[in-house]
Amino acid sequence: MTVREVDVSEVSAMVSRLYQEANIILPPDVVAALQLALDREESPLGREVLLTLLENAEIAAREHVPLCQDTGLAVVFAEIGQDVAITGGSLAAAVDAGVAQAVKEGYLRSSVVSSPCFDRINTGDNTPAMLHTDLVEGDGFDITVLPKGAGSENMSRIAMLKPADGAAGVVDFAVETVEIAGGKPCPPIFLGVGVGGSMDRAALMSKKALLRPAGRPNADARLAQLEAEILDRVNALGIGPGGLGGTMTCLGVAIEDYPCLIASLPVAVNIQCNSARRATGSL
Amino acid sequence: MNRDTSHKEPQLPLIELHPPLTEADARALSAGDKVLVTGTIFTARDAAHSRMVELIERGEDLPIELDGQIIYYVGPTPASPGKPTGSAGPTTSIRMDRFTPQLLALGLRAVIGKGDRGPGFTAALKENGAVYLAAVGGAGALLAEKVKAAEVVAWPELGTEAIHRFEVEDFPAIVVMDAKGGDLYASGRAKYRR
Repeated sequence: MTVREVDVSEVSAMVSRLYQEANIILPPDVVAALQLALDREESPLGREVLLTLLENAEIAAREHVPLCQDTGLAVVFAEIGQDVAITGGSLAAAVDAGVAQAVKEGYLRSSVVSSPCFDRINTGDNTPAMLHTDLVEGDGFDITVLPKGAGSENMSRIAMLKPADGAAGVVDFAVETVEIAGGKPCPPIFLGVGVGGSMDRAALMSKKALLRPAGRPNADARLAQLEAEILDRVNALGIGPGGLGGTMTCLGVAIEDYPCLIASLPVAVNIQCNSARRATGSL
Repeated sequence: MNRDTSHKEPQLPLIELHPPLTEADARALSAGDKVLVTGTIFTARDAAHSRMVELIERGEDLPIELDGQIIYYVGPTPASPGKPTGSAGPTTSIRMDRFTPQLLALGLRAVIGKGDRGPGFTAALKENGAVYLAAVGGAGALLAEKVKAAEVVAWPELGTEAIHRFEVEDFPAIVVMDAKGGDLYASGRAKYRR
């Protein structure tokens, strides 16, 4: 077995590049989802909002201006092979250095404060990143940066349902979450839903679910069915693009599940806004 | 990137707003009216609102004259060289609800943001003769192009949350809540709910 060395400087450079890129280039599958929504939206105002968002994506890419002024929390997923040896320093520090570099080079917004329930002092460089590391087999090193804005994040919810609430309870909770949010999370939205695990695991799954390309159903038929049911019921709420009323409130629902305790049914719903930003790279 | 523009709707008449606005200007608007704002608007979000209300409660002067003015709830990204401001789309308005009645009482005529407001907001607009305009949430790059000049006029230490003076040209928005009880968020959702 050979150990592949990866220096943290490479990690910083990759994180910086991905975070800047993600803030300027809307993923092609998201653009396609917006275009599809435009074809289907019944509300004239809703169509105007969607056209505006598509035009915004063009302008951002052309002018190198962030798609949205909330360049977000730098949520970073690092999938690291067990046969990789990280050299040159701390991984977490390197990721934060990459975020700080991106904020400076890419003119991104410093939106992070320390001491959240007391002084709320801006950290000045949008660090720390929200880093999640997964050790996997092999010697790969994949990094995904998902800039996550407050508008959608603030409307996300988690609940510890009773097992008897079942799939219907999951659907009801997800739909209710969107109903309460209304136009505040910048529809059209995407939903990431985590079912099972533990309280924290469900929450993490709900965010990881947002990494799935728009419109791709869960490989499990029953979960795919649940995704479709949530999507239909959410769109029946009539919230529409921008919350101004319409039929295309949500462009995709992704559920991820995991075994959980016999007495529990954790459900987490992470709302993602229309600026569904993400970028992936491999070291 | 290709974009299908065959859905371009025939445009309803757009109302031009040139701040400062009179109470009559504001009361004349109706939910659903599409507007283009040209002139001076001021940016302020959570931190600046909190400070302004603190000053009002202490009987002190505000750093800006609010009478007739428009406040835009935005925390822009830093400007890259050659541009007046960075990405500049609206932030979620409801967080400013608790600070707004006192500002309306000083003659603030319109606020620009996104998302529905809380209970009591309709009444506050009606009582004071002001309107709530929505800009498209997520259209930060597009809206930034409407900002022709920008400068910090108060509290630079607040960074993105400082009060900026923006000179805007044809800044697009829609009246979502008027001064007569009209609420497009409510009526729009009711119309398409099934």
